[in-house]
Amino acid sequence: MLELTPSQTVGPFFAFGLPFDGGGDVVPAGTPGAITLHGTVRDGAGAPVPDALLEFWQTGPDGRLPTRSGSLHRDGRSFTGFARVPTDRAGDYHLRTLRPAAPSGSPHAPHLAVAVFARGLLHHLFTRVYFPNHVEANAADPLLSVLDEERRATLVAVPDGGPTGPGYRFDVRMQGPGETVFLDLSTHGLAQPPVATTETPA
Amino acid sequence: MSASQQPATQREVSAEIATAAGVPPRADGHPERAYGPYRSTALRAPQQPLVVSPPSLTELAAPVFGARDVAPIDADLTRHHTGDPLGERIIVTGRVLDGDGRPVRHQLLEIWQANAAGRYRHEGDQHPAPLDPNFTGGGRAITDDEGRYRFVTIKPGAYPWRNHTNAWRPAHIHFSLFGTAFTQRLVTQMYFPGDPLFGFDPIFQSVTDEKAQQRLVAAYDHDVTEPEWALGYRWDIVLDGAHATPPDPDGV
Ligand SMILES: [Fe+2]
Repeated sequence: MLELTPSQTVGPFFAFGLPFDGGGDVVPAGTPGAITLHGTVRDGAGAPVPDALLEFWQTGPDGRLPTRSGSLHRDGRSFTGFARVPTDRAGDYHLRTLRPAAPSGSPHAPHLAVAVFARGLLHHLFTRVYFPNHVEANAADPLLSVLDEERRATLVAVPDGGPTGPGYRFDVRMQGPGETVFLDLSTHGLAQPPVATTETPA
Repeated sequence: MSASQQPATQREVSAEIATAAGVPPRADGHPERAYGPYRSTALRAPQQPLVVSPPSLTELAAPVFGARDVAPIDADLTRHHTGDPLGERIIVTGRVLDGDGRPVRHQLLEIWQANAAGRYRHEGDQHPAPLDPNFTGGGRAITDDEGRYRFVTIKPGAYPWRNHTNAWRPAHIHFSLFGTAFTQRLVTQMYFPGDPLFGFDPIFQSVTDEKAQQRLVAAYDHDVTEPEWALGYRWDIVLDGAHATPPDPDGV
């Protein structure tokens, strides 16, 4: 086993290094079935975080993960499954995508995988966006089903249509009341003895 | 630490760094997200423990990047403008591996950095040091069959920041990496050997294990250095394992 390279913060100056044109356009405008996903990233005081960067990775409506390159230089036609969006001065982000479906054999309900980066965050955070209409799949989901109601709600997008069509809101609370559920997906984390409960009194 | 307090002195922050260094480090070498000496962590580190969860099939895969996404010139940051940038030209090369020692092949690396004077091309950078019209400071590369990468750039300068009074970042290059699984995602910073600012910097010191700190520091490599052209540095990067086995459907 090799020792891992430690994480360091993305810092405040990633704007010319990471965001790219069309980073929030997982599908082109006008794509049938397109939805918008948007929200606000807030810190422990409830203040908007204007220097966060969010990445999303997902299946398409066919339950498949894209296997072709072109995630940075989109061809204007294909579903790439990948979005990278910085928050704006108000802490808001948005992207245009398609609803995900679960891959065959997946124990998990349809979701988007999310990575959150920010100044002041020494190691990125993983979370997931689930959708409220998958009632049965969500109830059986191995993650959602072990969370209490309040924490589970932080992972479920809220329907919030806009002038451009159907939409969902997914806010990220980095700390404090309503703190988003963040995940340890590491091989190291999984090697630890299981924790009896994930519910922690506030 | 509330943001309304007076900025601390370096002496005070160094004392906090020394205290934090006495806490047993995380076994995986990563920093704790709540790290007092780095003030901005105070409101941005979660208070709830992370929920340990087997990755989903989505998280066991990753977005695909290739020749369509990255041009060869993207890896030479000295050739993004008509003229040569000022500063010390350097070569930074190495391999990307996973925890099992396997090369991370054909995956995206992205870097961004300050110029030789310690100034970023970013509206938020208020450091009174000159911008270089011939240097932007962003680069991309795709690892080869052996997980290798190679950038040509300029050695970045140290720069001040507002964490505390007289706070300076050691020279560093920001790195962003993908593996074959989204769970392997890593954003980090590469440092240069022997930097006198290491001991003063809360971000470098947030990695409290000394051996883990050394994994953030490139090695000068005379075999990488090219005569009459550029000094060479070697830096290998190790991502988390790729979770070779699919998640247990009965697991949590
Ligand atoms: Fe930096």
